[in-house]
Amino acid sequence: MSPWVEILSGFCFLAGGFLCVTGGVGMLRLPDFFARVHASGLTETLATPLLLVGLMLQMEWSLELFKVVLIALLVLATNPTATHAMAKAALHGGRRPVTGGPAAAAQEDTSSKA
Amino acid sequence: MHRLFVAALLLVFWVLLSGHFTTLLLTLGVISMLLVSWFLWRMDRVDGEPSRLYPSIGLVGYLLWLFWCVVKANVDLARRIWQSSLPVQPIWSRLDTKVQTPFEKTLYANSITLTPGTLTTDVHDDHFMVHALSQEGLDELCEGEMERRIRRLGI
Repeated sequence: MSPWVEILSGFCFLAGGFLCVTGGVGMLRLPDFFARVHASGLTETLATPLLLVGLMLQMEWSLELFKVVLIALLVLATNPTATHAMAKAALHGGRRPVTGGPAAAAQEDTSSKA
Repeated sequence: MHRLFVAALLLVFWVLLSGHFTTLLLTLGVISMLLVSWFLWRMDRVDGEPSRLYPSIGLVGYLLWLFWCVVKANVDLARRIWQSSLPVQPIWSRLDTKVQTPFEKTLYANSITLTPGTLTTDVHDDHFMVHALSQEGLDELCEGEMERRIRRLGI
């Protein structure tokens, strides 16, 4: 395998891993449920495909390669549905998105917990 | 004709996933292909409006453009998350749309949700309810670039 493929694959792994961590950090930092759903989108829309592309670059030409492509397509196709279902369920359950600056949101969050 | 195409596609899908050519596995593949074709036929009959989406160059072009948007939105959101001041201002508002057909609506709503930072919570006849992490994200949707591209596809 040429070194450039190795470098490209390593870059994909690093970028994908970094985005996954970012999604996790966003999950902790963002103010309310609806904002956190966006953070989960971060790990699914770009991080997963990047990790899978990194994996593909390491693989030989085979049927397995095609299966990894299918996994990527599946993740990309199901992600909006899952995200929408979560948001819709939250709305249906009576939760309303907090709007405005982060300060107002943080206040709202603590008051709803109390 | 359409049914034959679907059946052939399902068989190819099975073979690609299994990669084995023994009699037992091929027979199981044919059985499951027939089962799925029968389900599809029943669903079309109950639904009354079978929907077909044929791949076209325009659609591929749109998906590539959408992927580029997703990359941009990912970078933007990652930047916002790592900034210590956390510059997000969640907003939940109405987005007027002109898309008509169920296909266009589905594609538009899903495209909005797929882009990090914007999320469709409800789809109505002439508007969507959209939750965005920042005013800029919502403004970009209101400009209607994505909507124009979808309507140009004409599906």
